[in-house]
Amino acid sequence: MWRVGTVVALHDETVTARTITLKVPDWPGHVAGQHVDVRLTAADGYSAVRSYSIASAPNSERRVELTVERLPNGEVSPYLTQEIAVNDRLELRGPIGGWFVWRTQQTEPIQLVAGGSGIVPLMAIIRSRASGSTAPFRLLYSVRKPEAVLYREELQALSDQDHSLGLTYAYTRVAPKDWPRPAGRIDAALIANTTWPSKLVPTCYVCGPTSFVESASRLLTASGNDPDKIRTERFGPTGERQ
Amino acid sequence: MSLDTDDYLDGNAAAGELSNIFAMDVTAAQGQCAHCGAIKRFAEAQLYMQGPGIVARCSVCQHVILRLVKARQRAFLDLRGLRCLILDTSQLQESGR
Amino acid sequence: MGIISRGFSGRRSAADVKLPPGQYLTTDFPVLSAGPTPHVSLDRWEFTIDDASNGEFPEVLKRWDWKSFRELPSETFTVDIHCVTRWSKLGTSWEGVSLDVLLADVKTDLSYAMFRSYGDYTTNLPLKDVINKQAWIAFKFDGADLAPEHGGPARLLVPHLYFWKSAKWVKGLTLMSHDKPGFWEGLGYHIYGDPWLEQRYSGDE
Repeated sequence: MWRVGTVVALHDETVTARTITLKVPDWPGHVAGQHVDVRLTAADGYSAVRSYSIASAPNSERRVELTVERLPNGEVSPYLTQEIAVNDRLELRGPIGGWFVWRTQQTEPIQLVAGGSGIVPLMAIIRSRASGSTAPFRLLYSVRKPEAVLYREELQALSDQDHSLGLTYAYTRVAPKDWPRPAGRIDAALIANTTWPSKLVPTCYVCGPTSFVESASRLLTASGNDPDKIRTERFGPTGERQ
Repeated sequence: MSLDTDDYLDGNAAAGELSNIFAMDVTAAQGQCAHCGAIKRFAEAQLYMQGPGIVARCSVCQHVILRLVKARQRAFLDLRGLRCLILDTSQLQESGR
Repeated sequence: MGIISRGFSGRRSAADVKLPPGQYLTTDFPVLSAGPTPHVSLDRWEFTIDDASNGEFPEVLKRWDWKSFRELPSETFTVDIHCVTRWSKLGTSWEGVSLDVLLADVKTDLSYAMFRSYGDYTTNLPLKDVINKQAWIAFKFDGADLAPEHGGPARLLVPHLYFWKSAKWVKGLTLMSHDKPGFWEGLGYHIYGDPWLEQRYSGDE
């Protein structure tokens, strides 16, 4: 069933990414990691549906935040990142998903691995943890270049104030000046040095473009994690879930 | 014949459509491939959904495990590629079920 | 119908031309697949015509490898294509071998064919819809070798029917005495698929 949300705020996260805050009067609540399907309908009845991860932690205000990355040849993302305005309405189906979720009752170590816009559902998980969990968390955030990082200040503040949230950036195309690791994809050495050792039996959440998820999952399995402890969510090759 | 790895999504992407048909979330269910016998979470299935229908394939052997077509007022669901689905019913409310 | 999204029109163009009912014009070329893109090396590629009407094992009537296939007379042609997912693309140019050439020496009483592809895709067609300049095995699009994601090295092209009938990565056809549904025809799509009669789904007149 489709619910209608009203846009109450818009915030540009980067040059190409925008967070849309919606109020959804009949929102039943959600669990961190879930997503929604968004449906846009043109005046002649043509419609397009795309999936977007919920960026906001569970809350009691019927508030749903989506962070959308604009894709160069996208059909829906240019509309959501450039056209949509406060007070516009959006149709949503959801919340959706029961596997790629983290609940505050989970106490085991959590390893988050994000590729590009795959950070969005993981941010919902991190925000959900901030409301009181002390589960040990590590985030490995792989991104092309520094300008593409989402939520940088918030992540920095959270990791500064809470030493049980470890944060590692991996830049794949352009690294900041004087960055200790040259630009490049994540590899076995990075996994070994920055993620929870597999003997701690962490639950891992990997999200991003399909090829990133495949390669990161293989690396996590190769370092001793049981495949059933690795939860994955794949976006399309370009990062947009179609 | 070699195969690409990048053309697909995963079972999570079909969850919205499948939520109209299944009373429970399917992504956490384990599915056994009828072809190779592998048991995997449906979230791990390789999902092709831009064409005329949704096609989910086993991540081990790439055989079709599920297909869904929405044809106006009808939905056609083919589950022959799954020997079984194993669902955790502990989440369901006790009353009425 | 959903609520109208102010200012949204999607990836479509205005059309002055008449399209089949329910179609929208597109200028790009969407890639829609039911499975992984097979990568078939040309030294292993083949196209076969077989007859399965006499028992379990198909009798191979004709076989071409890539070399002999490319030695067949081919033609360039420009056609409009209509996908059942509602996009239409006009004036697409191809080069391919006509099914009239491939079926020239095939003597049969059988009236239907199941086209088979690398991967597991199939689609059924009446033979009368693939002869008389209505169908080709195409190996070039827009003057260049057909890309794998669009069905290369070779795909079936039957532009007068919905594009799901134009099987990508085609590897042959099996003659049949009766029409039988292929991959999509067996799961709700129309057995024939004429876009001008909007025969999208089974039960559509």
